[in-house]
Amino acid sequence: MAKTPVTFTLNGQSKSAFADPGQNLLDFLRRGVGDLTPKFGCGQGTCGACTVTIDGETRLSCLVLAETVYGREVGTAAGLADGAALDPLQTVFMEHFAAQCGYCTPGMLVSARALLDRNPRPSREEVIEAISGNLCRCTGYEPIITAILAVAEGRARA
Amino acid sequence: MTVVETYPTLDQAARAMGGDAAFLGGGTLVMRAVNEGVAPARLIRVTGPGLSELRVSGDSVRIGAGVTMADVLASRDLEFLHPVARVIGGPQVRNMATVAGNLFAAHPFGDFAAALLALDARVIGAGQGGARPVADVLRDRARAGLVAAIEVPRPRDPKAFGFLKVSRVKPRGVSILSIAAYLPREGGRIRGARVAFGAMGPVPLRSSGAERALEGQSLGAAAIDSAASAATEGLDPPTDEIASAWYRKEVAGVHLKRLLTDMERR
Ligand SMILES: Cc1cc2nc3c(=O)[nH]c(=O)nc-3n(C[C@H](O)[C@H](O)[C@H](O)COP(=O)(O)OP(=O)(O)OC[C@H]3O[C@@H](n4cnc5c(N)ncnc54)[C@H](O)[C@@H]3O)c2cc1C
Ligand code: FES
Ligand code: FES
Repeated sequence: MAKTPVTFTLNGQSKSAFADPGQNLLDFLRRGVGDLTPKFGCGQGTCGACTVTIDGETRLSCLVLAETVYGREVGTAAGLADGAALDPLQTVFMEHFAAQCGYCTPGMLVSARALLDRNPRPSREEVIEAISGNLCRCTGYEPIITAILAVAEGRARA
Repeated sequence: MTVVETYPTLDQAARAMGGDAAFLGGGTLVMRAVNEGVAPARLIRVTGPGLSELRVSGDSVRIGAGVTMADVLASRDLEFLHPVARVIGGPQVRNMATVAGNLFAAHPFGDFAAALLALDARVIGAGQGGARPVADVLRDRARAGLVAAIEVPRPRDPKAFGFLKVSRVKPRGVSILSIAAYLPREGGRIRGARVAFGAMGPVPLRSSGAERALEGQSLGAAAIDSAASAATEGLDPPTDEIASAWYRKEVAGVHLKRLLTDMERR
Protein backbone atom coordinates (compact mmCIF):
# COMPACT_ATOMS: atom_id res chain seq x y z
CA MET A 1 0.00 0.00 0.00
CA ALA A 2 1.35 3.39 -1.03
CA LYS A 3 2.75 5.54 1.73
CA THR A 4 2.45 9.31 1.67
CA PRO A 5 5.49 11.51 2.34
CA VAL A 6 4.67 14.18 4.90
CA THR A 7 6.94 17.18 5.46
CA PHE A 8 5.97 19.38 8.36
CA THR A 9 7.36 21.28 11.32
CA LEU A 10 7.45 19.60 14.72
CA ASN A 11 8.17 21.90 17.66
CA GLY A 12 10.03 24.27 15.34
CA GLN A 13 12.08 21.62 13.52
CA SER A 14 11.46 20.47 10.00
CA LYS A 15 10.56 16.77 9.74
CA SER A 16 9.75 14.36 6.95
CA ALA A 17 8.30 10.88 7.33
CA PHE A 18 5.99 8.49 5.51
CA ALA A 19 2.39 8.14 6.62
CA ASP A 20 0.45 4.92 6.12
CA PRO A 21 -2.91 5.11 4.37
CA GLY A 22 -5.51 6.30 6.86
CA GLN A 23 -2.92 6.66 9.63
CA ASN A 24 -3.85 9.14 12.33
CA LEU A 25 -1.47 11.86 13.46
CA LEU A 26 -1.01 10.33 16.91
CA ASP A 27 0.25 7.04 15.53
CA PHE A 28 2.33 8.87 12.93
CA LEU A 29 4.02 11.06 15.55
CA ARG A 30 4.70 8.15 17.89
CA ARG A 31 5.76 5.46 15.44
CA GLY A 32 6.73 7.38 12.31
CA VAL A 33 8.51 10.34 13.89
CA GLY A 34 9.40 9.06 17.38
CA ASP A 35 7.75 11.74 19.51
CA LEU A 36 6.23 9.69 22.33
CA THR A 37 4.79 12.61 24.32
CA PRO A 38 1.28 12.50 22.83
CA LYS A 39 -0.49 9.51 24.41
CA PHE A 40 -3.08 7.09 23.14
CA GLY A 41 -6.02 6.89 25.53
CA CYS A 42 -9.11 6.15 23.52
CA GLY A 43 -8.70 6.85 19.81
CA GLN A 44 -12.21 8.34 19.89
CA GLY A 45 -11.73 11.95 20.83
CA THR A 46 -12.94 11.57 24.40
CA CYS A 47 -9.80 11.64 26.58
CA GLY A 48 -7.53 14.38 25.20
CA ALA A 49 -4.31 12.49 26.08
CA CYS A 50 -3.30 12.85 22.41
CA THR A 51 -3.72 16.66 22.34
CA VAL A 52 -1.26 18.52 20.09
CA THR A 53 -1.36 21.90 18.43
CA ILE A 54 -1.59 22.45 14.70
CA ASP A 55 -0.68 25.99 13.68
CA GLY A 56 -1.13 26.95 17.33
CA GLU A 57 -4.63 25.51 17.84
CA THR A 58 -5.27 22.41 19.92
CA ARG A 59 -6.37 19.27 18.10
CA LEU A 60 -6.91 15.65 19.01
CA SER A 61 -4.14 13.94 17.09
CA CYS A 62 -5.98 10.60 17.14
CA LEU A 63 -8.69 12.20 14.98
CA VAL A 64 -6.38 13.99 12.53
CA LEU A 65 -5.44 12.24 9.32
CA ALA A 66 -1.63 12.33 9.43
CA GLU A 67 -1.10 13.51 5.86
CA THR A 68 -3.20 16.62 6.44
CA VAL A 69 -0.38 18.22 8.48
CA TYR A 70 1.74 18.54 5.35
CA GLY A 71 3.40 21.99 5.47
CA ARG A 72 1.93 22.81 8.86
CA GLU A 73 3.30 23.41 12.35
CA VAL A 74 2.70 20.71 14.90
CA GLY A 75 3.40 21.33 18.60
CA THR A 76 3.63 18.64 21.30
CA ALA A 77 4.65 18.53 24.96
CA ALA A 78 8.15 17.60 23.78
CA GLY A 79 8.54 21.17 22.58
CA LEU A 80 7.78 22.79 25.92
CA ALA A 81 11.15 22.48 27.67
CA ASP A 82 14.15 24.26 26.20
CA GLY A 83 16.91 21.75 26.91
CA ALA A 84 17.12 21.50 30.69
CA ALA A 85 15.01 24.62 31.17
CA LEU A 86 11.43 23.57 31.84
CA ASP A 87 8.40 25.52 30.71
CA PRO A 88 6.95 27.33 33.75
CA LEU A 89 3.88 25.12 33.38
CA GLN A 90 5.97 21.99 33.84
CA THR A 91 7.53 23.44 36.99
CA VAL A 92 4.20 24.34 38.57
CA PHE A 93 2.73 20.95 37.64
CA MET A 94 5.49 19.42 39.78
CA GLU A 95 5.10 21.92 42.60
CA HIS A 96 1.35 21.46 42.82
CA PHE A 97 1.33 17.67 42.33
CA ALA A 98 -0.70 18.18 39.16
CA ALA A 99 0.65 14.94 37.73
CA GLN A 100 0.08 11.63 39.43
CA CYS A 101 0.31 8.71 36.98
CA GLY A 102 1.21 11.28 34.34
CA TYR A 103 -0.74 9.79 31.47
CA CYS A 104 -2.90 12.86 30.93
CA THR A 105 -0.07 15.30 31.60
CA PRO A 106 1.33 15.92 28.10
CA GLY A 107 -2.16 16.63 26.77
CA MET A 108 -2.99 18.85 29.75
CA LEU A 109 0.24 20.79 29.27
CA VAL A 110 -0.45 21.33 25.56
CA SER A 111 -4.01 22.54 26.27
CA ALA A 112 -2.79 24.78 29.11
CA ARG A 113 0.06 26.25 27.06
CA ALA A 114 -2.32 27.01 24.18
CA LEU A 115 -4.64 28.77 26.62
CA LEU A 116 -1.89 30.89 28.19
CA ASP A 117 -0.43 31.83 24.80
CA ARG A 118 -3.81 33.20 23.79
CA ASN A 119 -4.91 34.49 27.16
CA PRO A 120 -2.04 35.04 29.65
CA ARG A 121 -4.37 35.82 32.56
CA PRO A 122 -7.28 33.41 32.37
CA SER A 123 -9.99 33.21 35.01
CA ARG A 124 -10.57 29.96 36.85
CA GLU A 125 -13.61 29.33 34.61
CA GLU A 126 -11.49 29.85 31.50
CA VAL A 127 -8.93 27.36 32.79
CA ILE A 128 -11.64 24.77 33.46
CA GLU A 129 -13.07 25.34 30.00
CA ALA A 130 -9.63 25.05 28.36
CA ILE A 131 -8.92 21.65 29.91
CA SER A 132 -12.49 20.37 29.59
CA GLY A 133 -11.43 18.18 26.66
CA ASN A 134 -8.70 16.51 28.74
CA LEU A 135 -9.63 13.74 31.16
CA CYS A 136 -7.60 13.00 34.29
CA ARG A 137 -8.40 9.86 36.25
CA CYS A 138 -6.01 10.58 39.13
CA THR A 139 -5.84 14.11 40.42
CA GLY A 140 -9.46 15.24 40.53
CA TYR A 141 -8.40 18.28 38.45
CA GLU A 142 -8.01 20.72 41.35
CA PRO A 143 -4.18 20.55 41.47
CA ILE A 144 -4.06 20.99 37.68
CA ILE A 145 -6.31 24.04 37.78
CA THR A 146 -4.31 25.51 40.68
CA ALA A 147 -1.04 24.92 38.81
CA ILE A 148 -2.23 26.61 35.63
CA LEU A 149 -3.56 29.58 37.59
CA ALA A 150 -0.23 29.81 39.44
CA VAL A 151 1.61 30.37 36.16
CA ALA A 152 -0.97 32.91 35.09
CA GLU A 153 -0.60 34.81 38.36
CA GLY A 154 3.19 34.53 38.28
CA ARG A 155 3.13 36.20 34.93
CA ALA A 156 0.82 38.91 36.09
CA ARG A 157 3.28 39.80 38.87
CA ALA A 158 6.33 39.64 36.61
CA MET B 1 -7.40 -0.57 4.96
CA THR B 2 -8.44 2.95 4.13
CA VAL B 3 -7.26 4.64 0.95
CA VAL B 4 -7.17 8.43 0.91
CA GLU B 5 -7.97 10.33 -2.27
CA THR B 6 -7.13 14.03 -2.34
CA TYR B 7 -8.73 16.51 -4.75
CA PRO B 8 -8.12 20.21 -5.33
CA THR B 9 -11.81 21.13 -5.54
CA LEU B 10 -15.06 20.03 -3.96
CA ASP B 11 -16.61 19.44 -7.40
CA GLN B 12 -13.90 16.93 -8.26
CA ALA B 13 -14.36 15.31 -4.88
CA ALA B 14 -18.10 15.09 -5.50
CA ARG B 15 -17.49 13.16 -8.73
CA ALA B 16 -15.26 10.71 -6.86
CA MET B 17 -17.88 9.94 -4.19
CA GLY B 18 -19.75 6.64 -4.23
CA GLY B 19 -20.99 3.89 -1.95
CA ASP B 20 -17.57 2.92 -0.64
CA ALA B 21 -16.39 6.47 0.09
CA ALA B 22 -16.68 8.94 2.96
CA PHE B 23 -15.92 12.63 2.70
CA LEU B 24 -13.43 13.86 5.31
CA GLY B 25 -14.58 17.08 6.95
CA GLY B 26 -13.04 17.95 10.31
CA GLY B 27 -12.66 14.21 10.84
CA THR B 28 -13.99 14.02 14.41
CA LEU B 29 -16.38 11.23 13.44
CA VAL B 30 -14.80 9.90 10.25
CA MET B 31 -11.40 9.33 11.88
CA ARG B 32 -13.06 7.63 14.82
CA ALA B 33 -14.48 5.15 12.34
CA VAL B 34 -11.07 4.79 10.68
CA ASN B 35 -9.47 4.07 14.07
CA GLU B 36 -12.11 1.47 14.83
CA GLY B 37 -11.62 -0.16 11.44
CA VAL B 38 -15.21 0.48 10.38
CA ALA B 39 -14.64 3.33 7.92
CA PRO B 40 -15.53 3.04 4.23
CA ALA B 41 -12.71 1.86 1.95
CA ARG B 42 -12.04 5.33 0.51
CA LEU B 43 -11.65 8.67 2.27
CA ILE B 44 -12.18 11.66 0.01
CA ARG B 45 -10.60 14.96 0.95
CA VAL B 46 -10.20 18.41 -0.56
CA THR B 47 -7.11 20.59 -0.19
CA GLY B 48 -8.18 23.76 -1.98
CA PRO B 49 -9.01 26.84 0.08
CA GLY B 50 -12.40 28.49 -0.06
CA LEU B 51 -14.31 25.89 1.93
CA SER B 52 -13.67 27.84 5.11
CA GLU B 53 -15.26 31.00 3.81
CA LEU B 54 -17.75 32.94 5.91
CA ARG B 55 -19.59 35.58 3.92
CA VAL B 56 -22.36 37.95 4.90
CA SER B 57 -24.72 39.04 2.15
CA GLY B 58 -27.75 41.06 3.11
CA ASP B 59 -29.59 39.34 5.91
CA SER B 60 -27.99 35.93 5.55
CA VAL B 61 -24.58 34.42 6.19
CA ARG B 62 -22.99 31.84 3.96
CA ILE B 63 -21.03 29.32 6.00
CA GLY B 64 -18.54 27.29 3.96
CA ALA B 65 -18.50 23.52 4.55
CA GLY B 66 -15.07 23.70 6.17
CA VAL B 67 -16.00 26.32 8.78
CA THR B 68 -15.43 24.94 12.28
CA MET B 69 -17.22 25.58 15.55
CA ALA B 70 -14.19 27.65 16.64
CA ASP B 71 -14.51 29.73 13.43
CA VAL B 72 -18.18 30.34 14.25
CA LEU B 73 -17.18 31.49 17.74
CA ALA B 74 -14.60 33.87 16.25
CA SER B 75 -17.15 35.54 13.96
CA ARG B 76 -19.11 38.58 15.08
CA ASP B 77 -21.59 38.08 12.28
CA LEU B 78 -22.51 34.74 13.76
CA GLU B 79 -22.97 35.91 17.32
CA PHE B 80 -26.48 34.47 17.40
CA LEU B 81 -24.94 31.02 16.87
CA HIS B 82 -22.29 31.35 19.59
CA PRO B 83 -24.45 29.71 22.30
CA VAL B 84 -24.74 26.71 19.99
CA ALA B 85 -21.10 26.37 18.88
CA ARG B 86 -19.85 26.91 22.43
CA VAL B 87 -21.43 23.74 23.78
CA ILE B 88 -20.28 21.33 21.08
CA GLY B 89 -17.57 19.01 22.39
CA GLY B 90 -14.48 20.38 24.12
CA PRO B 91 -12.02 22.98 22.85
CA GLN B 92 -10.06 20.56 20.65
CA VAL B 93 -13.26 19.19 19.08
CA ARG B 94 -14.48 22.72 18.38
CA ASN B 95 -11.22 23.47 16.57
CA MET B 96 -11.91 20.52 14.26
CA ALA B 97 -15.66 19.90 14.00
CA THR B 98 -17.26 21.50 10.95
CA VAL B 99 -20.74 22.90 10.56
CA ALA B 100 -21.34 20.75 7.46
CA GLY B 101 -20.19 17.61 9.27
CA ASN B 102 -22.73 18.30 12.02
CA LEU B 103 -25.55 17.78 9.51
CA PHE B 104 -24.36 14.21 9.06
CA ALA B 105 -23.45 13.38 12.66
CA ALA B 106 -25.36 10.38 14.00
CA HIS B 107 -27.52 10.56 17.13
CA PRO B 108 -26.98 11.90 19.83
CA PHE B 109 -24.89 14.43 17.92
CA GLY B 110 -26.28 17.15 15.66
CA ASP B 111 -26.80 20.03 18.09
CA PHE B 112 -25.74 22.58 15.50
CA ALA B 113 -27.96 20.95 12.88
CA ALA B 114 -30.93 21.43 15.21
CA ALA B 115 -30.17 25.15 15.34
CA LEU B 116 -29.86 25.30 11.54
CA LEU B 117 -33.23 23.57 11.26
CA ALA B 118 -34.93 26.08 13.57
CA LEU B 119 -33.37 28.96 11.65
CA ASP B 120 -34.58 27.54 8.32
CA ALA B 121 -31.05 27.39 6.91
CA ARG B 122 -30.50 26.26 3.33
CA VAL B 123 -27.87 23.90 2.02
CA ILE B 124 -25.88 24.49 -1.14
CA GLY B 125 -24.63 21.26 -2.68
CA ALA B 126 -21.32 20.84 -4.50
CA GLY B 127 -21.64 22.02 -8.10
CA GLN B 128 -25.18 23.25 -7.50
CA GLY B 129 -26.43 26.79 -7.86
CA GLY B 130 -29.63 26.48 -5.86
CA ALA B 131 -30.13 25.76 -2.21
CA ARG B 132 -32.38 23.25 -0.45
CA PRO B 133 -33.93 23.45 2.99
CA VAL B 134 -31.75 21.80 5.63
CA ALA B 135 -34.70 19.54 6.45
CA ASP B 136 -34.38 17.91 3.00
CA VAL B 137 -30.76 17.01 3.70
CA LEU B 138 -31.61 15.66 7.16
CA ARG B 139 -34.46 13.56 5.75
CA ASP B 140 -32.14 11.51 3.54
CA ARG B 141 -28.56 12.09 4.55
CA ALA B 142 -27.20 9.08 2.69
CA ARG B 143 -28.21 10.61 -0.62
CA ALA B 144 -27.61 14.25 0.23
CA GLY B 145 -24.33 14.51 -1.70
CA LEU B 146 -21.52 16.85 -0.74
CA VAL B 147 -22.34 20.11 0.96
CA ALA B 148 -20.45 23.18 -0.28
CA ALA B 149 -21.96 25.75 2.05
CA ILE B 150 -24.89 26.52 4.30
CA GLU B 151 -26.88 29.72 4.08
CA VAL B 152 -28.26 30.90 7.40
CA PRO B 153 -30.76 33.75 7.61
CA ARG B 154 -29.69 36.12 10.39
CA PRO B 155 -32.55 36.67 12.83
CA ARG B 156 -33.67 40.28 12.52
CA ASP B 157 -34.23 40.28 16.26
CA PRO B 158 -31.43 38.22 17.84
CA LYS B 159 -33.59 37.75 20.95
CA ALA B 160 -36.04 35.76 18.82
CA PHE B 161 -33.58 32.85 18.68
CA GLY B 162 -32.84 30.66 21.67
CA PHE B 163 -30.85 27.49 22.20
CA LEU B 164 -30.49 25.04 25.06
CA LYS B 165 -28.39 21.90 25.31
CA VAL B 166 -29.19 19.50 28.10
CA SER B 167 -26.40 17.14 29.18
CA ARG B 168 -25.37 15.30 32.30
CA VAL B 169 -21.69 16.28 32.28
CA LYS B 170 -20.73 19.96 32.13
CA PRO B 171 -18.92 21.24 30.27
CA ARG B 172 -18.62 18.92 27.31
CA GLY B 173 -21.20 16.19 27.86
CA VAL B 174 -23.17 14.83 24.92
CA SER B 175 -26.82 15.76 24.62
CA ILE B 176 -29.70 14.18 26.42
CA LEU B 177 -31.42 16.54 24.04
CA SER B 178 -30.97 20.00 22.62
CA ILE B 179 -33.60 22.59 21.70
CA ALA B 180 -33.46 25.45 19.22
CA ALA B 181 -36.34 27.89 18.98
CA TYR B 182 -36.85 30.70 16.50
CA LEU B 183 -39.86 32.83 17.43
CA PRO B 184 -40.04 36.01 15.36
CA ARG B 185 -42.73 38.40 16.54
CA GLU B 186 -44.94 40.83 14.71
CA GLY B 187 -46.92 43.26 16.83
CA GLY B 188 -46.20 41.12 19.88
CA ARG B 189 -47.50 37.89 18.25
CA ILE B 190 -45.31 35.01 17.18
CA ARG B 191 -45.34 34.61 13.38
CA GLY B 192 -43.53 31.66 11.84
CA ALA B 193 -42.57 29.73 15.01
CA ARG B 194 -39.87 27.11 14.46
CA VAL B 195 -38.86 24.76 17.25
CA ALA B 196 -36.34 21.97 16.65
CA PHE B 197 -35.02 19.20 18.87
CA GLY B 198 -31.65 17.49 18.68
CA ALA B 199 -31.31 13.90 19.98
CA MET B 200 -35.09 13.37 20.04
CA GLY B 201 -35.12 11.21 16.91
CA PRO B 202 -32.72 9.65 14.42
CA VAL B 203 -31.93 13.17 13.16
CA PRO B 204 -32.79 16.66 14.44
CA LEU B 205 -36.53 17.18 14.05
CA ARG B 206 -39.05 19.99 14.36
CA SER B 207 -41.68 19.87 17.07
CA SER B 208 -44.91 20.53 15.23
CA GLY B 209 -46.83 20.38 18.52
CA ALA B 210 -44.80 23.17 20.12
CA GLU B 211 -44.87 25.26 16.95
CA ARG B 212 -48.64 24.99 16.69
CA ALA B 213 -49.06 25.97 20.33
CA LEU B 214 -46.89 29.07 19.90
CA GLU B 215 -48.02 30.31 16.48
CA GLY B 216 -50.01 33.53 16.65
CA GLN B 217 -49.64 33.79 20.45
CA SER B 218 -47.70 36.22 22.50
CA LEU B 219 -44.85 34.54 24.38
CA GLY B 220 -46.30 34.23 27.87
CA ALA B 221 -47.01 31.65 30.55
CA ALA B 222 -50.10 30.22 28.84
CA ALA B 223 -48.47 29.74 25.42
CA ILE B 224 -45.33 28.36 27.04
CA ASP B 225 -47.32 25.80 29.03
CA SER B 226 -49.23 24.56 26.03
CA ALA B 227 -46.02 24.40 23.94
CA ALA B 228 -44.39 22.36 26.71
CA SER B 229 -47.23 19.86 26.90
CA ALA B 230 -47.35 19.45 23.10
CA ALA B 231 -43.56 19.36 22.70
CA THR B 232 -43.08 15.66 22.01
CA GLU B 233 -46.21 15.06 19.89
CA GLY B 234 -45.24 12.69 17.09
CA LEU B 235 -41.65 12.34 18.33
CA ASP B 236 -40.19 8.92 19.05
CA PRO B 237 -36.79 9.51 20.68
CA PRO B 238 -34.16 6.76 20.84
CA THR B 239 -32.87 4.99 23.95
CA ASP B 240 -29.11 5.05 24.40
CA GLU B 241 -26.49 5.05 27.17
CA ILE B 242 -27.26 8.72 27.93
CA ALA B 243 -31.02 8.44 28.42
CA SER B 244 -34.00 6.22 27.70
CA ALA B 245 -36.73 7.15 25.22
CA TRP B 246 -39.14 7.44 28.16
CA TYR B 247 -36.85 9.86 30.01
CA ARG B 248 -36.30 12.02 26.95
CA LYS B 249 -40.05 12.31 26.38
CA GLU B 250 -40.67 13.13 30.05
CA VAL B 251 -38.11 15.93 30.26
CA ALA B 252 -38.32 17.48 26.77
CA GLY B 253 -41.32 19.65 27.65
CA VAL B 254 -39.77 20.72 30.96
CA HIS B 255 -36.61 21.92 29.21
CA LEU B 256 -38.59 23.59 26.44
CA LYS B 257 -40.49 25.48 29.11
CA ARG B 258 -37.21 26.62 30.70
CA LEU B 259 -35.85 27.82 27.36
CA LEU B 260 -39.04 29.67 26.40
CA THR B 261 -39.35 31.26 29.83
CA ASP B 262 -35.78 32.43 29.50
CA MET B 263 -36.53 33.86 26.03
CA GLU B 264 -39.65 35.59 27.36
CA ARG B 265 -37.56 37.41 29.99
CA ARG B 266 -34.93 38.75 27.59
C1 LIG C 1 -15.40 14.00 21.95
C2 LIG C 1 -16.48 14.41 20.98
C3 LIG C 1 -17.52 15.23 21.42
C4 LIG C 1 -18.52 15.63 20.54
N1 LIG C 1 -19.52 16.44 21.01
C5 LIG C 1 -20.49 16.83 20.17
C6 LIG C 1 -21.56 17.66 20.63
O1 LIG C 1 -21.59 18.07 21.80
N2 LIG C 1 -22.53 18.01 19.77
C7 LIG C 1 -22.53 17.57 18.47
O2 LIG C 1 -23.45 17.93 17.72
N3 LIG C 1 -21.55 16.80 18.00
C8 LIG C 1 -20.53 16.41 18.81
N4 LIG C 1 -19.54 15.59 18.34
C9 LIG C 1 -19.64 15.04 17.00
C10 LIG C 1 -18.89 15.80 15.92
O3 LIG C 1 -17.66 16.30 16.38
C11 LIG C 1 -19.68 16.98 15.35
O4 LIG C 1 -20.97 16.55 15.03
C12 LIG C 1 -19.01 17.61 14.14
O5 LIG C 1 -19.72 18.78 13.77
C13 LIG C 1 -18.85 16.69 12.96
O6 LIG C 1 -18.11 17.41 11.98
P1 LIG C 1 -16.72 16.94 11.34
O7 LIG C 1 -16.30 18.00 10.41
O8 LIG C 1 -15.75 16.54 12.38
O9 LIG C 1 -17.21 15.65 10.58
P2 LIG C 1 -16.46 14.44 9.92
O10 LIG C 1 -16.07 13.45 10.95
O11 LIG C 1 -15.41 14.91 8.99
O12 LIG C 1 -17.68 13.88 9.08
C14 LIG C 1 -18.88 13.44 9.69
C15 LIG C 1 -19.85 13.00 8.60
O13 LIG C 1 -20.23 14.11 7.80
C16 LIG C 1 -19.89 13.89 6.45
N5 LIG C 1 -19.46 15.19 5.91
C17 LIG C 1 -18.53 16.04 6.44
N6 LIG C 1 -18.43 17.15 5.69
C18 LIG C 1 -19.29 16.99 4.64
C19 LIG C 1 -19.64 17.78 3.50
N7 LIG C 1 -19.08 18.98 3.27
N8 LIG C 1 -20.57 17.29 2.64
C20 LIG C 1 -21.16 16.09 2.86
N9 LIG C 1 -20.86 15.30 3.91
C21 LIG C 1 -19.95 15.74 4.79
C22 LIG C 1 -18.79 12.87 6.50
O14 LIG C 1 -18.68 12.16 5.30
C23 LIG C 1 -19.24 11.99 7.64
O15 LIG C 1 -20.24 11.12 7.24
C24 LIG C 1 -18.50 15.19 19.20
C25 LIG C 1 -17.45 14.37 18.76
C26 LIG C 1 -16.45 13.99 19.62
C27 LIG C 1 -15.34 13.13 19.12
S1 FES D 1 -6.55 9.25 22.25
FE1 FES D 1 -7.19 11.01 21.22
S2 FES D 1 -8.76 11.75 22.48
FE2 FES D 1 -8.24 9.89 23.46
S1 FES E 1 -2.36 12.11 36.39
FE1 FES E 1 -3.15 10.16 35.94
S2 FES E 1 -4.66 10.61 34.46
FE2 FES E 1 -4.07 12.56 35.10
